Amino acid sequence: MKNSLGRFVPAEHKPFFSSDDYKDDSRKCVSKKTKSKKVEFFSSYAEAFDYFNLKSGMTFSFHHHLRSGDGVINEVAKVIQEKKLKDIHIAPSSIFESYTELVPCIEGGNITLIHTSYMNGPVSTVVQKGLLQGELVMQTHGGRARSIESGELHIDVAFLATPTVDKLGNGYGAFGKSACGVLGYAISDLEYADKVILVTDNLVDALDQIHFSKNFVDAVIVVDKIGNPEGIVSGTTKITRDPVGLKIAKDTSILLDKLGLIKNGFSMQTGAGGTSLAVVDYVRSLMKKKNIKGRFASGGITSYYVKMLEEGLFENLYDVQCFDLDAVQSVQKNSNHIAISASKYGNPFEDSPICEQLDFVILGATEIDLDFNVNVTTDSFGRIIGGSGGHSDIAHGAFCTVIVSQLIKSRLPIIKEEVQTISTPGENVDVFVCERGIAINPIRKDLLELLAKKKIPTLTMKQLLDEAHSITGIPNKIPRSSKRIGLVEYRDGSIIDSLYQVESNV
Amino acid sequence: MMRSLLFIPGNLPNMIQNAYLFDADAIIFDLEDAVLPSEKDNARNLIREFLSKNSNKKNTLNFIRINEVGGEFYKDDLELIVSDNIDAIVLPKANVSSVQTLERALSNIEKSKELQKMIHIIPIIEQATSILQVDQIASLPRVIGLILGGEDLTKDVEVKRTSEGNELLYSRSRIIMACAAYKITSIDTPYTDVYDDSGFEKDTLNAAALGMKAKCAIHPRHIEFINQAFSPTKEEIEHAYKVVEAKKNAELEGKGSFTVDGKMVDKPVVERAINVIEKAKKFNLVKDDEE
Repeated sequence: MKNSLGRFVPAEHKPFFSSDDYKDDSRKCVSKKTKSKKVEFFSSYAEAFDYFNLKSGMTFSFHHHLRSGDGVINEVAKVIQEKKLKDIHIAPSSIFESYTELVPCIEGGNITLIHTSYMNGPVSTVVQKGLLQGELVMQTHGGRARSIESGELHIDVAFLATPTVDKLGNGYGAFGKSACGVLGYAISDLEYADKVILVTDNLVDALDQIHFSKNFVDAVIVVDKIGNPEGIVSGTTKITRDPVGLKIAKDTSILLDKLGLIKNGFSMQTGAGGTSLAVVDYVRSLMKKKNIKGRFASGGITSYYVKMLEEGLFENLYDVQCFDLDAVQSVQKNSNHIAISASKYGNPFEDSPICEQLDFVILGATEIDLDFNVNVTTDSFGRIIGGSGGHSDIAHGAFCTVIVSQLIKSRLPIIKEEVQTISTPGENVDVFVCERGIAINPIRKDLLELLAKKKIPTLTMKQLLDEAHSITGIPNKIPRSSKRIGLVEYRDGSIIDSLYQVESNV
Repeated sequence: MMRSLLFIPGNLPNMIQNAYLFDADAIIFDLEDAVLPSEKDNARNLIREFLSKNSNKKNTLNFIRINEVGGEFYKDDLELIVSDNIDAIVLPKANVSSVQTLERALSNIEKSKELQKMIHIIPIIEQATSILQVDQIASLPRVIGLILGGEDLTKDVEVKRTSEGNELLYSRSRIIMACAAYKITSIDTPYTDVYDDSGFEKDTLNAAALGMKAKCAIHPRHIEFINQAFSPTKEEIEHAYKVVEAKKNAELEGKGSFTVDGKMVDKPVVERAINVIEKAKKFNLVKDDEE
């Protein structure tokens, strides 16, 4: 069966129809867990496995707030191998290149099913070779929260890396030797997993502030270290110095201004990449020049947003993930820097999630097509190099979704007739800005009229594609393998695309 | 007329393909210092191929910095690169003799290739001897501007380059006067510390205040500020229009002299106003109403 975007969907799954389709459904929530027993403390993973009788076929979840520095998922994977557990289903909110212990588990059939929102590195390499016996399901951050609360993604045990835990079992993310800031991606796991095991390297007597309540926690594993601080948060996040990236950022900020989006009370979100940060910097200058105060910035928070909060340019920051040390420190000391859960951020069934309140969002793409469909999951060969994360959630929610990218990357045009994989549907993408021009989605007639009135030149996506082809030539089409290895799940649980095995010689 | 000239290494296709993106008034595709001897052939071919497809796409001047006259690469540079797709040759280590040699070579190539236009010359003044010859160099045929080559010149003079630029004051002044005298463009040396923004801005404003009319850049992020610094300001443009309008009215009324904003306007003020308006039009600084 094919979905409304023409992509294959296996018969047992619901095909994607439109990004607003979920509005016909009501929120489904299983009961949040209740717990009567006191919190158990262990000094090793194996003890916890034994105590809770963790066995083959179970689903284990993890968050990715420790990013590349996470040690917990690797340690759990080692125990899975040692205990020879089979058919384990893992559901980490993201998988980074350092999660190498998952590889032998996949190759050995210990792990056979994966739900995640982002994946790169050696795990994606083995999965795209077709070595995962079951299926890979790529979700969005908001969609993951929705699927957990609805019981669609049932978690037997959540192993939650927690930088500081008190002796009652409460957890906090913003201090300790492995501090990572907020813990927003783990809140659904905390509230709905059958068993919740915090893993910490900093046990304290008591906590003033908490991110995880002991009321949901079954056990705490205290270890020497839960991760490598160097990989947890960047020391600093930096604006691009690439002149092309700077030009794109400047053109984007001018466009946002001309569209009247930078005004008192506005809200915005960007990624933490160098070009996105350059947009933030240009927006900051405009706000100062025009004496504008915004309502909030959200998403992954960097030092640039912290600075803007401290300068009084925003009333609040809504933070689901801290990207650098300044953000980690800010969330501790500034009450206007507010931690939110992935559900509050992007779950379509939340009452007024943050993503629905955004005036504009700046996002990236590995490919975009003539219908404005965006791929952030695979490269042009179909190799998995990322995932939606919050991309589809905020693209749907924001009034104006802007994709910024260089027109040509590694000698290939970023614009395609059709993207290799659809992560975010074109109906939710309004603007594409590259160094050679701006394209507006024809369905946004309001934006086109406004820009025409302001005499801001725009191009069609086809014109930009032709421009790219005039530089690179027309690239050969990459044939797609017939072996399906996974699914790209839209935020409402429908299937927006499928993922295919990639031959090793690509 | 130009304000900004951006150097682009001739052997880097990713930079060449983006050359026109940054609103530089002229691109200097470099075959000299930025290109290793082993890469010269490749660079010539890349530039020639790129210009054959793109030179008419943008309203940007295309210059080529060739290797010095008499060196091993000079003849091949000219033979392969001179075409109707370029506007000028930028000549390093220029002196009277080398400019004259280049002038003759260009005449011959234009004839043999039956070019439709004259290729101009922009000498780089980067040796102490060239500073002493600068008036003569400025007067030579085909020369449309002089570039101050600060790095080589300070090496020749054995003086350290500073952000204040006092060591270049004399050279800048000589070039400015020579260019003004022969109605060609004085072009300042690039600021080489690409991440010292305040030093760069100070250096640029200093050059503009002295009378330079344009400046080279080795990084695209410098172009915007250079264009600003060497453009008339909004107030200057408004005043220029007032002067020209007042002059028209005075002529209609048969008045020989007139005032603008309480100040007497004479011939040089009118000429300056006309120049400002020309420049403003050339660089699209005269705004239509947006709405």
